[in-house]
Amino acid sequence: MTKIPTHKMIGVDVGGTFTDIFVLDEASGLAEVAKVPTSRPDQSAGFLSGIGARVDDLATVSVVVHGTTAGTNALLERKGAKIGVITTTGLRDVLEMRRRDRPRTWGLRGDFTPIVDRAQRLEVPERTLADGTIRVPVDLDAVRAAAQQLIDDGCIAVAVLFANAYANPENETLAVAAVRDIWPNAHVSCSSEILPEIREFERFSTTALNAYLQPEVSGYLARLETALKSSGFAGEFLIVQSNGGVMDVDTATRLPVRTALSGPAAGVVAAGYIAQAAGFPDVITGDMGGTSFDVSLIAQGQSMLSQQTAIDFGMVVRSPMIEITTIGAGGGSIAWVDKGGLLNIGPESAGSTPGPVAYGQGNTRPTVTDANVVLGRIDPDNPIGGKLTRLDVDAAKAAIAEHVGIPLGLDALTAAEAILRVANSRMAGALRLVSVERGFDPKRFAFMPFGGGGALHAGAMLHEVGLARAIVPRYPGVTSAMGCVIADMRQDFVQTLNAMLDGIDIAAVTTHMQRHVTDGLAMLDASRTTFQARETSFTLDMAYLGQTHTVSVPLAVTVHDGIVIAPTEAAIGDAFDAAYHATYGRLLAGGVRRVINLRSAVTGKRPRFDLSTLAPKGGSVAAALRGTRQVYFGGQWHETQIYARLALPVGAVISGPAILEQPDTTVLIEPELTGTVDQFGNTLIERKTP
Amino acid sequence: MTPDIDPITLAVLAGRMEQIADEMDATLFRAAFNPIIAEAHDASHGLYHAVSGDTLVQGKSGLPIFVGVMSFAVKAVIDKAAENGDLADGDIYIFNDAHLGGTHLSDMRLVRPYYYDGALFCYLASVGHWHDVGGAVPGNYNPAATDAFQEAFILPPVRLAKAGVVQTDIIDILMRNTRLPQSAQGDLNGQLGALDLGVRRMDELLAEYGAATVRTALDALQNSAETLMRAELTALPDGRWTATDYLDNDGITDTPLPITVTLEIAGDTMTLDFEGTAARCAGPVNIALPTAVATAYVAIKHIFPALPANAGVMRPITVKIPQGSLLSAPFPAPVGGYTETILRMIDVIFTAAAGAAPDRVVANAYGTINALSISGTRDNGKPWVMFSFYGGGHGGSRDGDGLNHGNAPISTATIPPMEILEAAYPVMFKQWALRPDSAGVGTHRGGLGAIYEIEVLEGNGAKAFLFGERGRHAPAGVVGGGDAALNVFHYEQDDGWHSPPMASKMVGIQLKKGQSVRLETPGGGGYGPASQRAPAAVARDVAAGLVSAEKADAAYGPAWRKVTQ
Repeated sequence: MTKIPTHKMIGVDVGGTFTDIFVLDEASGLAEVAKVPTSRPDQSAGFLSGIGARVDDLATVSVVVHGTTAGTNALLERKGAKIGVITTTGLRDVLEMRRRDRPRTWGLRGDFTPIVDRAQRLEVPERTLADGTIRVPVDLDAVRAAAQQLIDDGCIAVAVLFANAYANPENETLAVAAVRDIWPNAHVSCSSEILPEIREFERFSTTALNAYLQPEVSGYLARLETALKSSGFAGEFLIVQSNGGVMDVDTATRLPVRTALSGPAAGVVAAGYIAQAAGFPDVITGDMGGTSFDVSLIAQGQSMLSQQTAIDFGMVVRSPMIEITTIGAGGGSIAWVDKGGLLNIGPESAGSTPGPVAYGQGNTRPTVTDANVVLGRIDPDNPIGGKLTRLDVDAAKAAIAEHVGIPLGLDALTAAEAILRVANSRMAGALRLVSVERGFDPKRFAFMPFGGGGALHAGAMLHEVGLARAIVPRYPGVTSAMGCVIADMRQDFVQTLNAMLDGIDIAAVTTHMQRHVTDGLAMLDASRTTFQARETSFTLDMAYLGQTHTVSVPLAVTVHDGIVIAPTEAAIGDAFDAAYHATYGRLLAGGVRRVINLRSAVTGKRPRFDLSTLAPKGGSVAAALRGTRQVYFGGQWHETQIYARLALPVGAVISGPAILEQPDTTVLIEPELTGTVDQFGNTLIERKTP
Repeated sequence: MTPDIDPITLAVLAGRMEQIADEMDATLFRAAFNPIIAEAHDASHGLYHAVSGDTLVQGKSGLPIFVGVMSFAVKAVIDKAAENGDLADGDIYIFNDAHLGGTHLSDMRLVRPYYYDGALFCYLASVGHWHDVGGAVPGNYNPAATDAFQEAFILPPVRLAKAGVVQTDIIDILMRNTRLPQSAQGDLNGQLGALDLGVRRMDELLAEYGAATVRTALDALQNSAETLMRAELTALPDGRWTATDYLDNDGITDTPLPITVTLEIAGDTMTLDFEGTAARCAGPVNIALPTAVATAYVAIKHIFPALPANAGVMRPITVKIPQGSLLSAPFPAPVGGYTETILRMIDVIFTAAAGAAPDRVVANAYGTINALSISGTRDNGKPWVMFSFYGGGHGGSRDGDGLNHGNAPISTATIPPMEILEAAYPVMFKQWALRPDSAGVGTHRGGLGAIYEIEVLEGNGAKAFLFGERGRHAPAGVVGGGDAALNVFHYEQDDGWHSPPMASKMVGIQLKKGQSVRLETPGGGGYGPASQRAPAAVARDVAAGLVSAEKADAAYGPAWRKVTQ
């Protein structure tokens, strides 16, 4: 049998409405995209039909990378498995008590139901102290009895959660071994395996949510893998993690909680890559969906990582993830006038079902998309996505007149412009805030819209925030799928050390580093993907004694042939001083320095593809012109040229007002702006030079 | 609707100005040295009226109590500047005097006049809780204080900067009066940075829209907020409702201290009259007048959470605080325990408002901050102090049961993790759990309080201090719901367990290695008659062990026993 050449890489991003496919042929350098409806409830059907739309023979595919919302949806819809918890005497309620917070600052309403019922949170005698001393050895008979009770209760996954297990995992390790002896499946985990980091609620919550997802996510991935293989696929199947790196299926099955922000993270990875290639390494991305606008900041090509997120109130996941800030201003956000006469956008949203009034699916209150439709910015005869044949402009206009125009004494068109101005102002606010929170001036950033709706608002972001330009990627609707193909393989590790720097046990620190590196490199070896390079990085969470707020201290450590060369205490001290000074502008004279956590990352750099393969080949501005449409800007209708965006050649300069249309995106170039097609097929939107 | 400004510009400016305050919050949170600001967000920023000091716009992230209290701080500066007679662009006033600015002495307030085109446009202000401001007790929580001088050093409104020139003398005085000068300097720099950012953003905004338009928008937003509040009040029935609740004692003398409110709604106005409240007391549960007025605002905003954070909301509302009461204690009355008193004010406002707006009101939350301090000397000779506030249950509401183990209505601060405390101090938490049967019963029961049992692990032992409340008077249910359990505190001695004579206040009890303290906090009050609670919900609570079978039978009758799970 002759070996079939494998040369295609496929990225698949399954979202709530659409499944996006990005196919890169490494041999020819050609890329193709596809968008198919997401299948419910089993997403694997849409996944496979999407791939099938672009690839005839799966044997020609070397790698499939998946950005998934399976985990996120299971968390948000509370559709994980029935699980049990075995924990330290006195601590069964930690998951329910959280960190003593509340859902909203004002109103004092809302309660919280943890994912594990109290009756399935069982206590066993055991206790480890903060210094790792075992005060009470674990009672393994009690552990076995608890496990049996959980089995009898119908639990299909179990998490062992012991106090201070980050400092000494011995009791947890013994307990988890005893449970594995009798547990009927592989879904047994403990907190020191998942997150050996101080802070019991965050560690317990992450471990419990992981157990909650394990049966569902591992089943889903197994179904996909089986289906791919039965269609002739013999390559590597990888999953995108929240940190923007990929992992293999075995790791994803063990650590499904790391997929919580899989799809959005892939989008940010792609955005960073595109922006850097285009020469703008400082960029703020904005993904406008039906109910939200998701913003992420990339400085010097590096996306920001946050150490934890709350998927919903009280559902905390602690694992490094690309920082994404969400505000409730999406295309489906509802515009309304309050009793004080003030125009508001959201937080209520019509989402994509029933969606905007113009969709004609039952919603009668006007949305941001309705305003875009009424003002001619969206083509009513060719709605994106392909589900609807036509948008109902008159219904949208009537709804805007009734709910916004009449209460404010405005005609429908002015009211529609008002809706957009308020929405744009809120979106611009999100851009400013993510910059200020990180200590950056927002004006130095470019804006990169992706998702279907963002490019309608790019010009407004220039105006509102004072940005120099916006970059609209060539395929903004499939950015996450493209990010799947770009992402490196990355594993993150954490270990709480909790030691004074003065006299720190360097050998112990080095042992932890070595364990992280060895485990990380083993994961890279186990995958069948090729890497251009392997990188290790280490950071320490450090602070002065008495401060709880830590500084992230990057530490330069040599790793030679997989062996960690021990750092010196002095080098750690210097690195802390440098990082602290950069953050606070001064050092504390005589302050006692502490090392709280070690964080290690092992990255396998995957081959990058040349973005210019996405650029248009040939074409002309004249041939791309599709006609004109009346579009309303600044209080009047403008005759506006409409272009088929993908047919515009490299170097084309389109003077606003203009609209560039492609199957899943509408790019608006306002009268005072121009759009230029760069060498990669991106559209750069900038102010007209006077 | 004000006719002078078009509604589009108004809506845009509303968001822009709120964002300026939000960005000031973010600037300080990022720069602050001390975790009380950086992590617990015990700080606030806003824009204030040039003449009255009224709150025009306030950030969303700051501590709830500051939303109402900051206008008093600004007014104090306006009055002082008028007395000085030389207010200039670039001046920055600083002070912590709680009798002028409300709350307590830990809160350092910076107030800066904002000029545009040479004319005073408004004030910008920044308040943040500093880690230490001198006084008898590190961290400034002194349960035995009988005047303000024992609580902290007191700074009246003085000029930190004159016409843009920072007065380093003032900084020298500040830094010599704190145990943690580096922390204080870091926080001060953060607050100055926040004010600078506010000035830059205001300059940009006024350059874009013009001072007249922005001023008109600010007026219109106040008017809009007032209209919203009047509409809410008009929708409620006219009438008078009175509620009384009690502080256990003032920590000096064991006498209950009544706090009474009469809430009257007449047309589109509301009056909150605290006549009947106890007189000024010796211990630190007094509060200054600004704090009392601000607390009324916090309660109102919890009842009407969608209302904007500006002074227009309070125009239809009259707050009457009787002279000589503990709600308007004059300088130098101690006010360090102000949290307990304002929590009780919120409770009585909720209880009274339940008569007028039963759908809107939430039953009383646990109602005490439970400031527990355990301190001693380590085996290695180093001193240690573990100081934290503890949580309890929220009240039930029309919408559902109360939240288990929430934070206080005046705060958004979270509790430190048990493992962080155990790593830092020689203690072990034997229990960190929900407290069964601690919630008020009702159609929607309250949320549960908590049990924290803490053992001292080292040979030198420790001393325990507690500043709490609700040991004698339980959080109330509303609309027929039941009261929650009392706050209970026990400590272990050689002859067994004891409770302090002042219920939830205790000074300096000595504990030996192996001895423990046990704090059991109240839940929230119940909402609606217990007889209307769904038997399945009762059965679920019993199965989970949140409510005992005996209590379920007594409160809800036997119907739940017939529910098959």
